Amino acid sequence: MATQTPIAMTTDQAAKTHRLFFDVLHDWLTTVDHKKIGIMYIAYALFFLVVGGFEALLMRIQLAIPNNTFVSPQAFNRLFTMHGSTMVFFVGMPILFGFGNYLVPLMIGARDMAFPRLNAFSFWISAFGGILLYFSYLGGDGLYGAGSAPDVGWFAYAPLTARVFSPGHSTDYWTLALLLSGIGSIGTALNIVTTTICMRCPGMKLNRMPLLVWLYLVTSAMVFVAVSPLTAAQIMLMLDRYLGAHFFDTQAGGSAVLWMHFFWIFGHPEVYILVLPAFAFANEIIPVFSRKAVFGYPAMVAATIGIGFISLSVWAHHMFTVGLGAYGNTFFTFATMIIAVPTGIKIFNWLATLWGGKIQFTVAMMFSVGFLFQFLIAGLTGIMLSASPFDWQLGNSYFVVAHFHYVLVGAILFMIFAAFYYWYPKMSGRMLSEKMGKWHFWLFLIGFHLTFDFMHIPGILGMPRRVYTYEADRGWAIWNMIVSSGAIFQAAASLLFVYNLIWSYFKGKVAGPDPWDAWTLEWSTTSPPPAYNFAVTPTVESRRPLWDLKHPEDPDSNYEM
Amino acid sequence: MTGGTNVTPPHQSIVVNNQLLSRRDMLACQVWLCIASAIQSVPGHAPTTIFAPQGTPAQSIFGLSMLVMAIVVGIFVVVGGLLLYALLRFRSRPFSADAAQEPPQVYGSNQIELSWTVVPVLIVVILFLATTRVIFSTEKAPKPAQALDVTVIGHQFWWEYRYPKLGIVTANELHVPVSDPNHPTPTYLTMSSADTDHSFWVPRLAGKMDLIPNKVNTMWIDPQAAGLYLGQCAQYCGTQHAKMLLRVYADSPAAYAAWIAQQQKPAITAFADPNAAAGQAVFQHNACISCHTVAGTVATGRFGPDLTHVGSRDTIASGSVPNTAANIRAFVDNPAHFKPGALMPPMHLNDHDLDLVTAYLTSLK
Amino acid sequence: MSETAAMTHTTTEEWKLPSRGVVGMACLIVAEAAIFIIFVVAYVYYLGKSISGPKPHDVLELPVISTVCLLSSSITVHFAGSALHSGKRGLCSIWLALTVLLGGIFLAGTAQEWYQLIYRDGLTIQTNLFGTTFYSLVGLHASHVIVGLLMLSLALIFSLRGQLTARHSERLEVLSLYWHFVDAVWVVVFLVVYVFGR
Repeated sequence: MATQTPIAMTTDQAAKTHRLFFDVLHDWLTTVDHKKIGIMYIAYALFFLVVGGFEALLMRIQLAIPNNTFVSPQAFNRLFTMHGSTMVFFVGMPILFGFGNYLVPLMIGARDMAFPRLNAFSFWISAFGGILLYFSYLGGDGLYGAGSAPDVGWFAYAPLTARVFSPGHSTDYWTLALLLSGIGSIGTALNIVTTTICMRCPGMKLNRMPLLVWLYLVTSAMVFVAVSPLTAAQIMLMLDRYLGAHFFDTQAGGSAVLWMHFFWIFGHPEVYILVLPAFAFANEIIPVFSRKAVFGYPAMVAATIGIGFISLSVWAHHMFTVGLGAYGNTFFTFATMIIAVPTGIKIFNWLATLWGGKIQFTVAMMFSVGFLFQFLIAGLTGIMLSASPFDWQLGNSYFVVAHFHYVLVGAILFMIFAAFYYWYPKMSGRMLSEKMGKWHFWLFLIGFHLTFDFMHIPGILGMPRRVYTYEADRGWAIWNMIVSSGAIFQAAASLLFVYNLIWSYFKGKVAGPDPWDAWTLEWSTTSPPPAYNFAVTPTVESRRPLWDLKHPEDPDSNYEM
Repeated sequence: MTGGTNVTPPHQSIVVNNQLLSRRDMLACQVWLCIASAIQSVPGHAPTTIFAPQGTPAQSIFGLSMLVMAIVVGIFVVVGGLLLYALLRFRSRPFSADAAQEPPQVYGSNQIELSWTVVPVLIVVILFLATTRVIFSTEKAPKPAQALDVTVIGHQFWWEYRYPKLGIVTANELHVPVSDPNHPTPTYLTMSSADTDHSFWVPRLAGKMDLIPNKVNTMWIDPQAAGLYLGQCAQYCGTQHAKMLLRVYADSPAAYAAWIAQQQKPAITAFADPNAAAGQAVFQHNACISCHTVAGTVATGRFGPDLTHVGSRDTIASGSVPNTAANIRAFVDNPAHFKPGALMPPMHLNDHDLDLVTAYLTSLK
Repeated sequence: MSETAAMTHTTTEEWKLPSRGVVGMACLIVAEAAIFIIFVVAYVYYLGKSISGPKPHDVLELPVISTVCLLSSSITVHFAGSALHSGKRGLCSIWLALTVLLGGIFLAGTAQEWYQLIYRDGLTIQTNLFGTTFYSLVGLHASHVIVGLLMLSLALIFSLRGQLTARHSERLEVLSLYWHFVDAVWVVVFLVVYVFGR
């Protein structure tokens, strides 16, 4: 090579880089490695987080003052439909499955997921679903020129979705995109359950699995019984729209309420599917930064399973105003209130984990603390809503919007941020900048509270949701203005976070295998792990194998309940 | 059982300055709570607040809501306080003598865990019983013989009101009698929808109830003070969901009787204003009659609001604009001017005809 | 730390976990069962609510032969599996062929029933609520039968070509689990639609 001319050398170099880029691209496009798939899920979700956040920003500008004309009513209705559908299906689900994909095999000492090709297929079909949904902005014009992006709300109540009320194809984009995403979710859940049951390393009995793995196991089991009803309902909707079926055709005796039942039989467990992974992260991060084992591992497992089961029986608390009758309302009030018990147990267990510890306020821990307070508040506003007569006032108002954003953003997104700060070193080999992280945390915290604390007030003052504008004489204007102002802080913080991700990849401190002095198996490999994860399949004898290594005179196995 | 630890961690732990983050978090919540209670005292600026109940259903919900909020705030203070305390008391102190040691590992405690299971269950039971009482007292309230019956039908994007026993059909502005607690005359609303789902929500009078096609729901209200109560549709029903406003007039007995008498008359057909008479002709020769009803004339359409007494209403376009000649003219010319996406098409009348029709409609008192 | 933790790798007692194929198929079955349950719920909910058009007891007859064939095919596929497990490849082919045949008869029976319903009785998915829920539920089941038959035919082809060995018996077991599920769904559909619902 040294005898070649400079020109030939340059061409050769260029050819090498050229080949390298396509090699890398090919590698990622065809990979079945759970770690790469996990990262792709996460990157995909982050992209849609920015897009969905932008949609939210547009809505908040429109709502900042009454009778605003920043966007048309039709555009606004598309925005809230797309914002909701995007955040649930193309941010929430992928990012949580992304982390699950990455972490579950590592934490159980396995080499990969049980079905690597199914894993890849699930990612790509979900990704296609998202692209299909967004294509609707461009290609949705159908009959009567009434197309474009769907505008039926993320829960697409019948009969608004019938051909007669939603001509054109916009609703079909919603249906198909979510159907595909659902198939991907079922595939990934299948993988997680099979991997967890069939591929644990020797010695890792079920009651020695990290709590994250337990939570993902329960989440995945819930996916089977929750996503399928939505799939079924969407098939029915397509049959109605295209083959003249009458599932939700009220003119033919069909029932609009039946759609609601089917949707919420999916929709309520779905929000637990979204929140359980956040609990999973909390169960790993809070103990490490309290320097204590999690308090009450068996109770945490039992509470999780309890939440899983009970969540299948509470769905009609989304339908308290539909006319279920006094007995129906009473039953669902009871079931919803009861789910507060296992949920409360989890909060108390986290509190007890912190108690007596040596708490280190790393950025991951700061976000976790935010999660704890905010999830507490979200749960309490949930209890308010569970009392069905109170829901007759607060339901379908901005109070509900505030409540569920408190859970989705204040609890789930905060824990996702924490998970990033905690596991980014493992995934990339570099630490995220703690300094930028603190800016991210404080900016986001301020923005979050400005928006979502004050958002409860218009709800109490009678402002319904999904309105493209509102009357000036209702006393809602000042609160909407404050709510909108918080959006700007959150946007800035999120952009800073994305910058941190990119900057730290190149300039972050080298992490090493175990930067946090943690105790689960993923910290026993290099950062990032090799493709095969573990050179030798580990054997474990307790819930915290690395604690046992670091404290051989006092291993966990002596004390586990 | 706890475990002792006396081994130095293999490397430097990561230590961070202690921030007062949790205090600030707490502060945000306290500020919010103060504001929430402050709003409660200004119903004048908040005509649709749920905390200024008028009438039995809203009042029983209000009573329940105060109990629920008291419990919830109590839980927040206790749990939040403990969390705050833990974060401050147990923060790591890198410069203390035993900084390098791990704290005692506590794996669980059956007694503690049992107590924090039992106490929440008890709280749930209390809440549940209180809630059930209000559910049944509202939904299964016995209906007095002198209750008024009104049928409400939701449309995209207006409200149809029928008083079956009185032979009245009107739209968008609901008149009900004030209810005397000694001789209650509540209004029972029997509700359904002609198209998509809607929801009837006048917060000061009652909780909301949905209007669903092919389903009949009932609710009742009994305002005890005369006045105008505002609300709006609370279930997304399409493009103009935001402008499907509600106006409920609780009338004193005299005002109510006068309103009924007025509404029971057929439409005015003899006009002082010649423009109005000519406008009637324009109205009846256009497609107006196929969607709208003007009682006693050839206009018998049911797709749009009943216009028999439209001139006597305070607002048009389902409460979204005041009922003035200019607004009527603009609306008839092009409904999308006020409500883009409304189902009434622009009528393509020339300016002269528009003036005539406007005169006609304003005189339909 | 430049070294990764060295985990012990002494094995104590034998560490045996369930088979991936079986667990995976069980998960799929749970998910599919949930979809079917929703269609059954819709069917039951709409019983007697059709405004017009044919009613179940007017036009439905008990599909006895189809049902017997389909349920028997569960037995034959079970025998195919045990034959393969004991290495009797020829016998396995025979049982597989029988399974495909019985499944095919079931499908033909369904097709014939639908032909009668559409052309003789005037019942389509558009006719009324009964038509909507009937065709979608039975059709969803039939589509699962078709997928199962395709997979079984593939297995049969491999078996006839001598490429199916005892090594593959676990895969055949997973496939037959799916087939058993399809039959179990038919039991439910049969009872709901043709027995209790008529």
